[in-house]
Amino acid sequence: MRLSYGSREVLHGISFDVYENEIFAVIGPAQSGKTSLLRCINRTIDSVANAKVSGTIRVDGQNVRKIGHSFFRRLAGKRPPRFSDVFELRRAVGMVAPLPVGLPLSIYDNVAFAPRASGLTRRADLDTIVEECLRQAALWDEVKDRLHSLGTKLSGGQQQRLTIARALSHRPEVLCLDEFSIAIDPVTTMRIEDVLKELRSEITILLVTNLTQQARRLADRTMFLWNGDIVELDSNEVIFSDNPKDRRTYEYVNGIFG
Amino acid sequence: MLANEYAPDDMRFTQTPFGRRRELTERIAKSIFFLMAVAMIIPLVAIVGYLVLRAWPSLSLEFVLDVPRKGMTQGGIWPAFVGTVYLVVISLAVSAPIGVMAAVYLNEYAKDNWLNRTINLAVINLAGVPSIVHALFGLGAFVYAARFGYSILSASLTLAIMTLPVIIASTREALASVPMSFREACWNVGATRWQTIRAIVLPNSISGILTGVILQVSRAAGETAPIMFTGAVFFKAIERGNLFAYSLNEQCMALSMHLYTLTTQVPNVEDSIPYATAVVLLGSVLVVNATAIAFRVWLRARKKW
Repeated sequence: MRLSYGSREVLHGISFDVYENEIFAVIGPAQSGKTSLLRCINRTIDSVANAKVSGTIRVDGQNVRKIGHSFFRRLAGKRPPRFSDVFELRRAVGMVAPLPVGLPLSIYDNVAFAPRASGLTRRADLDTIVEECLRQAALWDEVKDRLHSLGTKLSGGQQQRLTIARALSHRPEVLCLDEFSIAIDPVTTMRIEDVLKELRSEITILLVTNLTQQARRLADRTMFLWNGDIVELDSNEVIFSDNPKDRRTYEYVNGIFG
Repeated sequence: MLANEYAPDDMRFTQTPFGRRRELTERIAKSIFFLMAVAMIIPLVAIVGYLVLRAWPSLSLEFVLDVPRKGMTQGGIWPAFVGTVYLVVISLAVSAPIGVMAAVYLNEYAKDNWLNRTINLAVINLAGVPSIVHALFGLGAFVYAARFGYSILSASLTLAIMTLPVIIASTREALASVPMSFREACWNVGATRWQTIRAIVLPNSISGILTGVILQVSRAAGETAPIMFTGAVFFKAIERGNLFAYSLNEQCMALSMHLYTLTTQVPNVEDSIPYATAVVLLGSVLVVNATAIAFRVWLRARKKW
């Protein structure tokens, strides 16, 4: 796939596979196209006016770039494909942005927002989801007594975990984490990393990170992206060994450049 | 200062000529800006003070509730007051929903293409059209083409057209003040545009939207030209104190128009009556604006981020 903003191409025809139930890390310096890559997968790139994507991006076999609007498909009498519209795709692909965003709603409503948006209304079901997701995001113990206070009044790190809880609330099959730990203290980061390792049995995780050590700890395979090109993509044993295929990988991972 | 005295000679804080000049410039700049800001208050106080002073002999609740008497040279302004209320309420009832919905489209849905750029351009230009031109348009469109005749309906619709672009602009501003990151967070979890607008964007911009709409009350109430051509009349006999005196297809009196006719067309008016009319017009507008401000303060206090 390729991606350009206006005349500036940020991803120069890269191609890779992510396997089911693995943790796939993407590392690389700033401006290397990591975040843009994630935005292509869940199609939030659509809201960037001059972005132009080409190529194919498949999620569970379906080309996400070809997802239209379910309404028109139904009019045409077509059988619904794997994802009938982008909203369904986005529910299947959880996304955690680098900066914490607590929606100006209560903590409970923050987490219950996505299930509600997809039509779930039963109070008991919502309660279960909220508790489960907040536990998974290692936030439950801190907020269980004030679920109805504002999500925006939480500290930065708490809001970031709230964001993670929100991303889990719609039961995604793929979870994209974009620098999820930059606003969180190391102890909490470790707790969430443990959760991610557990989640691996159920979902596929795409981890974009600036912390090469985090990629080393968590990932099964790591991709080193640099200036919109894949420098190297291999299992962690190779990437973080003393002799990866590309010299630049070794230098980046060991902090010699980048 | 104390620390200064113990500092070695060459490190002691002394003012250089450049530093002195800089401080002087700073003071002059600050005082000029302050004077300009204070000067803003002077005309307001002068206008209100002068009006109230001249209007004093006529000012009373009775003046508002009574009808004009003896060829408008005595009595009150009830028909004009009710007429203005009708015009303002109906025109905003038309322009506010249309304006807000148009702004939501332009700000939340519209992509950057030629059609939306054209709409934007139209809105900006419409806001710059003089009110007398709106009046002529209303005359042609509503009075003649739509056959509403000279009526409250025609006048209100003309006022609505006039306030519409400003409402669109102020609503867009209010919507744009909701951070983009909130919208993106909603889209990321699979919410549609409308779900995002409904749950996040509107609740957090409603104070700004309402303020923008309410501020148009004063404009709609104060304009004379658009209603003079389309539905306001010199005199209309209605019952004293009756709030439901007019129907939509009738012509009406209005405060701004009344003030104009009293000062230019009617001989031997009691001296204080035009001033009292102006005070009532100004007073009602100020009351509405003050309510809007109070409401905004109340909503701001509940702001959620």
